[in-house]
Amino acid sequence: MLTLTLKESPHVPLEAEVISPDVVANLTPGEVRALPVLLGKRRCRLDDWFDVDGDAGDEIEVRGDASKVKWIGRGMTRGRVTVVGNAGTHLGAYMTGGSVEVTGSAGDWVGGEMGGGTIRVRGDAGGQLGAAYRGSPSGMSGGTILVGGSAGIELGMRMKRGLIAVGGKVRDFAGLQMKGGTIVLTGGAEIRTGAWMARGTIVSLVPLRLLPTFAAAGPYHPTFLRLYARHLRPLGFALPCEPHEGAYRRYTGDAAVPGKGEVLVWQPA
Amino acid sequence: MLRITGGKVYDPANNINGEVRDVCISGGRVVAAVEDARTIDATGMVVFPGGVDVHTHVAGAALNFARGLIPEQHRQAAPIIHSRLRRAGLGGSTPTTFATGYLYAGMGWTTVNEAAVPILSAKHTHEELHDTPIVDKTCCVLMANNEILLDLMEAGEWERARHVMAWQVWAAKAYGVKAVNPGGVAAWKWGKDAKQLSDPIAGYSNITPGQIVAGLARLVDELKLPHPLHLHCNNLGAPGNVTTTLETMKTLEGNRAHLAHLQYHAYGGDDWSNISSASTTLADAFNACPNLTTDAGAVLFGNTVTVTADGPWQHLLYQLTGKKWANLDVENETGCGVVPYAYKPGSPANAVQWAVGLELLLLITDPWRVFLTTDHPNGAAFWRYPEVIRLLMDLDFRREQLKAIPDKVLKRIILPELTRQYTLSEIAVITSAGPARALGLSHKGHLGVGADADVAVYNESADVAHMFSYPRYVIKGGEVVIEEGELRNVVEGRGFVVKPAYDETVEGYLRPLFQQHYTMSFDNYPVAPERVHGLQVVEPAP
Repeated sequence: MLTLTLKESPHVPLEAEVISPDVVANLTPGEVRALPVLLGKRRCRLDDWFDVDGDAGDEIEVRGDASKVKWIGRGMTRGRVTVVGNAGTHLGAYMTGGSVEVTGSAGDWVGGEMGGGTIRVRGDAGGQLGAAYRGSPSGMSGGTILVGGSAGIELGMRMKRGLIAVGGKVRDFAGLQMKGGTIVLTGGAEIRTGAWMARGTIVSLVPLRLLPTFAAAGPYHPTFLRLYARHLRPLGFALPCEPHEGAYRRYTGDAAVPGKGEVLVWQPA
Repeated sequence: MLRITGGKVYDPANNINGEVRDVCISGGRVVAAVEDARTIDATGMVVFPGGVDVHTHVAGAALNFARGLIPEQHRQAAPIIHSRLRRAGLGGSTPTTFATGYLYAGMGWTTVNEAAVPILSAKHTHEELHDTPIVDKTCCVLMANNEILLDLMEAGEWERARHVMAWQVWAAKAYGVKAVNPGGVAAWKWGKDAKQLSDPIAGYSNITPGQIVAGLARLVDELKLPHPLHLHCNNLGAPGNVTTTLETMKTLEGNRAHLAHLQYHAYGGDDWSNISSASTTLADAFNACPNLTTDAGAVLFGNTVTVTADGPWQHLLYQLTGKKWANLDVENETGCGVVPYAYKPGSPANAVQWAVGLELLLLITDPWRVFLTTDHPNGAAFWRYPEVIRLLMDLDFRREQLKAIPDKVLKRIILPELTRQYTLSEIAVITSAGPARALGLSHKGHLGVGADADVAVYNESADVAHMFSYPRYVIKGGEVVIEEGELRNVVEGRGFVVKPAYDETVEGYLRPLFQQHYTMSFDNYPVAPERVHGLQVVEPAP
């Protein structure tokens, strides 16, 4: 396992897309130390900022407050990256496989346009989780993002497939212009959830203030949600599914598009 | 001083066809002989006059809008890293200003004609053209939907219209006059279009698109502008639009015109399900009209962005794609639409478009009247010209590419039957000598004594796409800018501007109209000559 210990927190963001199993896997320790990172516009070596220990392989551990280290795990296809501490923006962006775990919190754009793999953030995440980058037609197209704490605005913006589950409350515009996939909000959301959604499912265990362009469609016990519940339970997200516990109120929309998405809001019995 | 020696020179304007001879340069011009000059050994290479792009969109408000609308394409574009010589920038379908200059020169092109400038954004356009290094620039000002001109035509005041046209060319510091969807864009402001030449134009009662086309072409000829009316015909892009194009050619009544991006105006069929190539009909008619020149507006498959003053067409294209769309209204002058677009070989309509661009280049017999363009960025980015050159020169490659075209489309195009292959000399005509002549730039597009020393030297190779993508040397105005395939020197380009004669009292007529109808005051409107960097004024003979 390769261990990277941050020497000091950079004062401007450090672009470190080289912290990825795909990049380091076949490099010698010397080559890993010499990998390029950008501090603002200045080009540095990886070992200018990190103590590098261990052998490069499919596992990388980053230690320290890396909340200003951007692009960790960018485009990775395999292996495992663990951040013991906080991670910066664009964590796991464009990744298509492998897993990323953060014990602390992460910045904006976690899993931006990711295609596969798993990202787990134990603490809070920023905005644009699994979102489309500006101008792109679609956001995440596969994979799973799990956040234990809260998350910011535009969560899952234009996502096409995949699963996002958040334990805490999320901010405005969750599922903005969503095209597919599933968002599970066990802690609820602020306003305008599902705005412009065309397809996909947003599940909330807490009542939401929905837009007027969502139409109530009655109580619902979707079978597919049982599968999600079984998948999510060991990961720390409890989704109630039994009819005696209550029912999901189904809202369809966003009629402003017009879309065929659904928002399922849990209502206990 | 410079002597290029040992290369095969292709200078079709001077009937030199692959002859090994020296090209001597002094003081930014081609000269008969030089002494004690630096010598470039071009043995095994071909020597071309620098490329001239007769129709491209590289600067101005519309193109900037397009740049802003496609960040997703910029993220994938080739970055140009800042160096001692170069500014940072991006390539892609709408390269940044400095990158545009490096990329054109990097392909051996040394002159470009920005084809659509509203006067209202002409200042901005000239600033961007200044930031487009190396290449020389000209631009065409949009007029066919200018409400002051249309009002004069409606009233039959042709004499005054001519003075207004001349004033506007000089006010915009333009080189030529552009007409885009005559009348149609004016009608778009009422939510309408004017597709046929006899259609009514919303907001007007007397004039038709046909009268605007004929009138503008006549005025341009009366003013003796070096470049004829640069015409984007009505009914662009629509299945069956070849009839409109043929009618337009008749309407011109022998006046000169340059028909822009003819590929977009050469379709048969009735709707999108049976759109077909009408290039045979169109090319036959075109071959018989010596008053006309055209450029291909060829399409290559891939992602790009379409940018045109043709607002109503762009709205239709947006409805067809269902993706992004931007619409700009340029007050009393024109409109503009921007729609990102991907041309796909599997799409029957796109496959027909791809074929038609090449068919026109192959069927129009006189290479001096049809030029290589992709209507950058509409059909493809300009830096993909070498791909088009390969398709024209290499029949086997063309047949290979045809395999990607769906079978049902093969029956609707004629490209599979065409066996013509361009020669290097013909390529020199369609990329340089021809467009320079059509633009009336007598000192460009050839290597005769007195010509501007704009020269591209390519390795002679069977892989023509590679050969034209990476010139060994490019000389601009006598300065070596590309050497051994690398950018070694960045020079500034010049701006060619036409000053036609007009009656100065026309300003007295225009001023009150401006104060009443424009958001900009009359005095702030014209582009000051100092704003055109490297200004070269051309005054047509009275």
